[in-house]
Amino acid sequence: MLCTARRIAAHQLRGRIAQPTSSPVAFFSPAALRRLASTLAVLEQREGKLNHGSLSAISAAQKVGGPVHGFVAGSSIKAVAEEAATAEGVEKIIAVDNGAYDKGLPENFADLLVENIKKGGYTHVIAGHTAFGKNLLPRVAALLDSQQISDITSVESENTFVRPIYAGNAIATVESTDPIKVITIRGTAFAPAELGKGSAAVEDGVDPKAASPTEWVSEDLAKSDRPDLATAGKVVSGGRGLKSKEEFDKVMQPLADTLGAAIGASRAAVDSGYADNSLQVGQTGKVVAPQLYMAVGISGAIQHLAGMKDSKVIAAINKDADAPIFQVADVGLVGDLFEKVPELTEKLKK
Amino acid sequence: MSALRILVPVKRVIDYAVKPRVNKAQTGVETAGVKHSMNPFDELSVEESVRIREKKSAPGGVEDICVISAGPPKAQDVLRTAMAMGADRAIHVDVKEGEDLEPLTVAKLLKKAVEAEKSNLVILGKQSIDDDANQTGQMLAGLLGWPQATQASNVQFGEGDSVSVTKEVDGGVETVKAKLPMVVTTDLRLNEPRYASLPNIMKAKKKKLDKKTLADYGVTAERRLKVLKVTEPAPRQGGGKVEDVDGLVAKLKELGAI
Repeated sequence: MLCTARRIAAHQLRGRIAQPTSSPVAFFSPAALRRLASTLAVLEQREGKLNHGSLSAISAAQKVGGPVHGFVAGSSIKAVAEEAATAEGVEKIIAVDNGAYDKGLPENFADLLVENIKKGGYTHVIAGHTAFGKNLLPRVAALLDSQQISDITSVESENTFVRPIYAGNAIATVESTDPIKVITIRGTAFAPAELGKGSAAVEDGVDPKAASPTEWVSEDLAKSDRPDLATAGKVVSGGRGLKSKEEFDKVMQPLADTLGAAIGASRAAVDSGYADNSLQVGQTGKVVAPQLYMAVGISGAIQHLAGMKDSKVIAAINKDADAPIFQVADVGLVGDLFEKVPELTEKLKK
Repeated sequence: MSALRILVPVKRVIDYAVKPRVNKAQTGVETAGVKHSMNPFDELSVEESVRIREKKSAPGGVEDICVISAGPPKAQDVLRTAMAMGADRAIHVDVKEGEDLEPLTVAKLLKKAVEAEKSNLVILGKQSIDDDANQTGQMLAGLLGWPQATQASNVQFGEGDSVSVTKEVDGGVETVKAKLPMVVTTDLRLNEPRYASLPNIMKAKKKKLDKKTLADYGVTAERRLKVLKVTEPAPRQGGGKVEDVDGLVAKLKELGAI
């Protein structure tokens, strides 16, 4: 009841702003003002470089309505903040310059965010559903006593969001009653805000300087000159049909190079050691939605389809004519991938 | 080095191999008469806990492995499975059929359970395959103020209560180190869960299973998110097959994909 009443009040208030009345002042009680949407978009950086994919948080934030502020933290953050300040649609960048936040450890980063969210009076906090966002935001949500909304694909209104459940086999529309909405977004569903079109102010955020009980030890990231899997325009993906790591590399790499595509893999290929874990596409790996997704030697289990069925065009090469992948593929070729893929690679070169 | 008292939350979900169907009323997916199992990531958590004991990989040893599940009476089946895999005992928190708990509520419940059971390590699955939220472990760590290591593919114990965890992140792996107590969530590559043997299934029937209610933990099944509707995703139509590689190239060009 209370919530409904508040919502109606908020609607009326917004109506007043859209059509200024002679005496709007009476409606601007501080409590009512706080109900207006304003969003903090959490941006990612690594070693002093802004992660451009994380700019999707700004475009999603714009769909909520109300002012959008960006947030960055790390050592020598100024350059990152200034680059982010040129993103279209962002009014302000809040930057915290402190090397303690470089690795995005959730134990101190969550406290940092909570302080800045409280200070800014934000109604929405948005980050990407990436390793960083997934690790950090639920901790932030718990500290704010808010039920997070994960991996949304659409913003219907400032409190209604759409998200896939059951590995994308069902689509849920949910309405949040929390005063602060904590949200992670599916990157492929929101185009990153364009850089070079805005000129936001950069402001220092508050730094609670909380200690982290967790220590960052090391990382081992797969080095690749290929486009990033999550954001690539084309993806070629290999499955169990490749039979070994050697064959996987021998067959898939020339095809990827010819198309300028990123390489992905099914869980079966990853578990068998044909490809690195970080290349897994599916419910529990990466979710991709490229212009072209080419599935090679992949049967098309529902967990895999969850990660790629929003691709614009799906092509499949498989020797089993009854493989479920053909039910979703725009174009399918039944045949031995060890013959067909090299032939395809040759013909694409021409 | 403290002896480990491990709490392993498990969830009963629609079996991963079943293709869920949205119900007619568009309020959720059809669950009646559908095969349910333990959430696959939770099997990894149970397996890891049992391996820590078997391999004696923690210097202080393992004192207790307690599994906990909040759900309808049928959730006891997955608790028995976990005990057949090697957990010592179980707690079933009774929740009415259809009254699903949100991750924040589960995290609040688990915080109370951690305090009651004096747990110093909580191992959860990284996400449940029904709601796909990927929140509960992180929320629990936040509420407890404990360190967290999510999407673990390797867990190593060292001297002085230290725990090193290799985590799967975008683009590779990352290793972090913290001291007990802590919260770890499991990723696919952590281990290969065992099957429960028949003798162990029989033994598990005799293991202790405590029945509790939400009220025992001082939480209510309030919902912050209202599900307005659940729909089928837009169906994708297969475009048919081509005869040869030339056909494939021609079709891709026609579709503007290359």
